[in-house]
Amino acid sequence: MSAPLRAVELPELAAAEPFQQALIVAAEHADDVDRQGRFPAEAVAALRAAGALSWGIPLQYGGASAGIDDLADATLELSRRCAATGMIFAMHQIQVASIVRHMADSLWFRNYLEGVVREQRLIASATSEVGLGGDMRKSIAAVTPVANSQENLVQFEKKASTISYGAYADDLLTTLRRTPDAESGDQVLVLTHFSEMDAKPMSTWDTLGMRGTCSPGFVVRTTCLTDQILPVPFASIAAETVVPVSHILWANVWLGISTDAFSRAQNFVRAQARQNPGVTPPTALRLSELSSRMAEFRALVHGATQEYMGLADSDRRAGLSTIGYAVRINNLKIAASEAAAEACQGALRICGFAGYGNSGPFSVGRQLRDAHSAALMIANDRLLATNAALLLVYREGK
Amino acid sequence: MSPTEAQTIQAQNKERIRQLVRDHAGLAAFEKVDCSSDLYRAGMTSYASVVLMIALENEFEVEFPDSMLSRDVFESIDSIASAIESLQRVNQ
Repeated sequence: MSAPLRAVELPELAAAEPFQQALIVAAEHADDVDRQGRFPAEAVAALRAAGALSWGIPLQYGGASAGIDDLADATLELSRRCAATGMIFAMHQIQVASIVRHMADSLWFRNYLEGVVREQRLIASATSEVGLGGDMRKSIAAVTPVANSQENLVQFEKKASTISYGAYADDLLTTLRRTPDAESGDQVLVLTHFSEMDAKPMSTWDTLGMRGTCSPGFVVRTTCLTDQILPVPFASIAAETVVPVSHILWANVWLGISTDAFSRAQNFVRAQARQNPGVTPPTALRLSELSSRMAEFRALVHGATQEYMGLADSDRRAGLSTIGYAVRINNLKIAASEAAAEACQGALRICGFAGYGNSGPFSVGRQLRDAHSAALMIANDRLLATNAALLLVYREGK
Repeated sequence: MSPTEAQTIQAQNKERIRQLVRDHAGLAAFEKVDCSSDLYRAGMTSYASVVLMIALENEFEVEFPDSMLSRDVFESIDSIASAIESLQRVNQ
C-alpha cells in the first residue's frame, strides 16, 4: 500500500494558530481542571475549533489522514500542558483509528466518519466490564437481536466499570459478545450515540490524578442497527489497532507529563544558578542524570512508534498479530509507565519543597499524581503476567 | 513419498493435533470442534493458546519461529496442521 495522501502536512496543522491556541487554553485551565476534577471543556472546545478531532480520519472523508507519529506529537504537546486533555485526545484518536482501520467497506461507518469531521464528534469507549477484573478481551454483555423487529435491530445492556469522559462524549464504542450464545472472548465492537442511549453513572471519579478525564463507571443500554457493529472480530481490532495505538499514544501522554516535570526542574536549577553565578548548583547533577533518563524514555517511545508505522499500513500488518509484537508492545507500556513516575519523582527531588507545593512555577505535584495513573491503566502486573506466559514460546531476538 | 502416504501422514498429524487441542485448549464444547472450527471463537484464551503451542512443539519436535506465532496460525486444527507440515518440510 502506498502512503496516504495528505492535503496538509500534520506538523503544519499542529503549528497552525488554532491548535497553538488549544495548547494555550489547555495550559491555562490545567490547574483548575485538576483541582475541581472537572472535564477540560475549554481545551476540548479549542481542539474542536482546530478540527483536531478528525485529524486521524482519511482525507477522502474530510479528515487530515494523520499518521500515528503526528497524533503522537500532538498528544505529547497537549499533555505537557494538561495531561487530562492529552489523554482525552489520545483516547478519542484510538477510537477513530479502530473505526478507520476496521470498517472495511461499511457505508454506515463512512457516513459516520463524515459526521465526525463535520460535527467534531467526541468518541468514548466502554471496553471494561464489571465482573471481569479489567480484562478487555472478555465480555459478559452481548449483542441481542430485538424480537420481531422489521429492520436489523439489536440491543444491549452493559455495566462498564469505567468510561472516560463518558458524560461529555457524543458517541461510544462498546465491546460485546457477538451473540447471546458466543463465548466470552468472541467479541465485536459497536458504535452508538449517547443521544440515543440510556447511560447512568454507577460511581464517582475522585482520584489522585488524571482527575479531568472524568472516568466513572456507567450502565449503558440502547438499541441500534446491525450496521453499527464493526464488521471484523474485536480480536483483530485489538491486536492490530486498539492495543498498539493505545500503548503508543498513552506513552506519549506520559512522556508529555514527564517533559513538563523536567522543564520545571530545569527552570528551578537555572534559577538557583542565577542566584550564585559561577557556581554550578548541586541539583544540576541530578538534572543531568534525569536528562539521560528522558533521552532513554524518548527513544523508547520513538522506536515503538516507528515499528508500528512500519507494520500498520503495509502487507506486513499480520506482524501486529504475532506473539513477538504483543510482547514488545506490552513492554512499551510497562517501561513507559514506570519511566514517567520515576521522571516526575526525579523532578520533585530536584525542586524540593518548591516542587512539593501545589502551586507556583516549580510545582510538580499534579504531574506526579497524573503520572502515577500510568502503571494502573491496564495494570502492569497483568501485562507482566501475560508476557511471562508469552515468553514461554516466544524467543526474543529470533 | 507417494500422494497417498502424504495424505495418511496429514490425517495422522491432524488427529495428534486434535488430541492436544482437547487436552490444552480449554474448550467447553470440544466435541463440537471440527478441523476448520475457529478455536478462539470456541473459547480458546490467549493463555491456553500458549500452552497448546508448547504442547505442539513437544509433540512434533519443532520450534515455531516468531513469524508463525500469530493468531491466524493457531486459529484451527487445519491451520495448525499446515504450519506443522511446513516446519517439518524445512527440517527434512
